Amino acid sequence: MIKIKNLHAGIEGKQILNGIDLDIRPGEVHAIMGPNGSGKSTLASVLAGREDYEVTKGSVEFLGRDLLELKPEERAGEGLFLAFQYPVEIPGLSTINFIKTAVNEVRKYKGQEPLDAVAFLKLMNEKMALMNMDKTLLSRSLNEGFSGGEKKRNEIFQMAMLQPKLAILDETDSGLDIDAIRIVANGVNKLKSSDNAILVVTHYQRLLDYIVPDFVHVLYNGRIVKSGSKELALELEEKGYDFIKNENPTINEPAWTR
Amino acid sequence: MDTLTYFKKRFEQLGNANGNGLSAIRRNAFDAFSKMGVPTSRHEEWKYTRISSLFNKEYEIPGETVESGISPADLDGIRLPGYGEANELFFVNGIYSPELSVVRSPELQVQNLEKAAAGEHAAWIKAQLGHSATYLKDGINALNTAFAHGGAFLKVKKGSITEHPVYIYNITDARGRNMLSQPRSLIHVTENAQVSIVETYASFGKEESFSNQVMEVVMERDAMLEYYKIQNDESRTGQVSTTHIRQSGKSHVHAVTVTLGGKMVRNNLNIVMEEQHSEAHMYGFYFPEGDAHVDNHTIVDNVAPNCYSNELYKGVMKENSTGVFNGKIFVRQQAQKTNAYQSNKNILLSPDATINTKPQLEIFADDVKCSHGCTVGKLDEEGLFYLRSRGVPESIARSLLLHGFALDVLEQIRPEHIRTYVDRLISERLELL
Ligand SMILES: Nc1ncnc2c1ncn2[C@@H]1O[C@H](COP(=O)(O)OP(=O)(O)OP(=O)(O)O)[C@@H](O)[C@H]1O
Ligand SMILES: [Mg+2]
Repeated sequence: MIKIKNLHAGIEGKQILNGIDLDIRPGEVHAIMGPNGSGKSTLASVLAGREDYEVTKGSVEFLGRDLLELKPEERAGEGLFLAFQYPVEIPGLSTINFIKTAVNEVRKYKGQEPLDAVAFLKLMNEKMALMNMDKTLLSRSLNEGFSGGEKKRNEIFQMAMLQPKLAILDETDSGLDIDAIRIVANGVNKLKSSDNAILVVTHYQRLLDYIVPDFVHVLYNGRIVKSGSKELALELEEKGYDFIKNENPTINEPAWTR
Repeated sequence: MDTLTYFKKRFEQLGNANGNGLSAIRRNAFDAFSKMGVPTSRHEEWKYTRISSLFNKEYEIPGETVESGISPADLDGIRLPGYGEANELFFVNGIYSPELSVVRSPELQVQNLEKAAAGEHAAWIKAQLGHSATYLKDGINALNTAFAHGGAFLKVKKGSITEHPVYIYNITDARGRNMLSQPRSLIHVTENAQVSIVETYASFGKEESFSNQVMEVVMERDAMLEYYKIQNDESRTGQVSTTHIRQSGKSHVHAVTVTLGGKMVRNNLNIVMEEQHSEAHMYGFYFPEGDAHVDNHTIVDNVAPNCYSNELYKGVMKENSTGVFNGKIFVRQQAQKTNAYQSNKNILLSPDATINTKPQLEIFADDVKCSHGCTVGKLDEEGLFYLRSRGVPESIARSLLLHGFALDVLEQIRPEHIRTYVDRLISERLELL
């Protein structure tokens, strides 16, 4: 589905990703963990096409296409979805108008007719129920004044509406109480099938109890320094990141000093 | 013939066009104009807005209506939605036309201003007309007063609610000649009366069109005014548009100014709070494109204590357009417990676009709550990326953000017909339709 090879990226001359290799196949769930500032959100943003990040080396192939050549909206059209760590508030754009526009623009990209009002409402009601979302949020400005939990749920609601091939969830669990985590995880699991994939960025095992990963990777200083099965997450929870740091003491220094 | 000579000749010809009710006021104003001339950028309040060069051309100043040149089809092209339920007042080249106008509300009295000033309302009109000149000390305001012969006097009956809104069309017919239209109105909203006014502007023809308008409103106790100025005139036209409102006790003003068209637009909105517990809400949205220039000057003068005003103006400057916002708040020494808030927010869409924004607070009372703020920025990049990451193409995402930016002003347009109409104009400009 997605093949990330030796990906280097940075911003304003600051190198953040230092050679990421990751291969995700259809039907798989991958988790990325790692200390604050290790580059998890940067990786997610680069994949989603954020233009302020500069890719300096490496390649990303998504469903056979060169992902890095595509604009953010084209990536969404191809089936990539990023649930933001910090969803953006958009004053004056109602959630419902936004969703309708997004759904129909993605359909247009795929060469499909726009959904008619009845079909759209039906789909929306179904996904709202799935996410246990308050209907009044629909007419409010997108994310504006939403609680932390409402924002995160709204992200997964959008994901459910757009039905992406690859969903990247950037700390969707942080700030959620256990009931909300269950709802979010349930929404994600409903989407799961043998032909799509999920990449979960998280600091905590508790989300992974519900969204069970096939692989766990540890990102440190812009590189994946360890990969393993779901047990790795438990180990990290228990020991913290220190053992990773100790294993990789000099990784943030330029290669020639090593 | 130079402009001043022509104006002088026309003034002598039109001195008492509709009786002599205003002759002294008009002559004084013409003398004032002769002294001050058309304001140049040396005038403090006209620093960024240059209209003097527009007056290098020869304009016609009409003496009476020339509605014969305006066909029903012309009118149909400019009518605002909901007109079938509205009082419609037409000014053609600055002259109020009773023939074209339709007054539906029995609570609303409309007549020629100069005639009214010679009749039963003489004393009141003479006392009120020209109050704006105490605030706008410039030749362009005086010039309008000098040629107020075609103006209109409106009176809303005491204690009445004018159910039909008042649509005012300011038409400039520049077919075959340069036209200077100078609509003038004086509106008396009497005690506990309510009225909603929607003004719009339209030019015909390819020659120079300049509209220099003054509306003065006097509100008595408990009166309520909704006032909407919708400017979407041709992109070649020039306009100075003044709305001057005097408020008595517990009167309430709700004003929204939307400027989408015109090449050179200067608006003055003055609110004079003369008695306690007056309240005014002022909103504006301006969205010039090309090389258009939009200037909003507002004044809130707190003369009496315990008044409340809230002002929100937002602008989007496209291409190499320019915007000006100047918001004055005066709080006089006796005007304790004043609440006055002001905010001006701008988005520049191109490096060639400009905004000059200046809040100006002069506070002489010590127990007041006043605040002001202005921002100038670009479109929110975070928001743009968020929408794009959901599959929304960049151009649409930009438009949705800008529409969202305008929305809190747009929502202040209460009549649904007009709100929908303005929303459509904005959405069309944003290519969302
Ligand atoms: N726009 C930016 N400008 C400058 N530095 C940035 C920018 N974005 C990220 N960084 C830096 O890059 C590094 C990686 O940040 P990133 O947000 O990817 O970390 P993260 O792994 O997601 O951390 P967290 O667990 O706290 O969310 C940090 O040092 C951060 O300060
Ligand atoms: Mg992060």
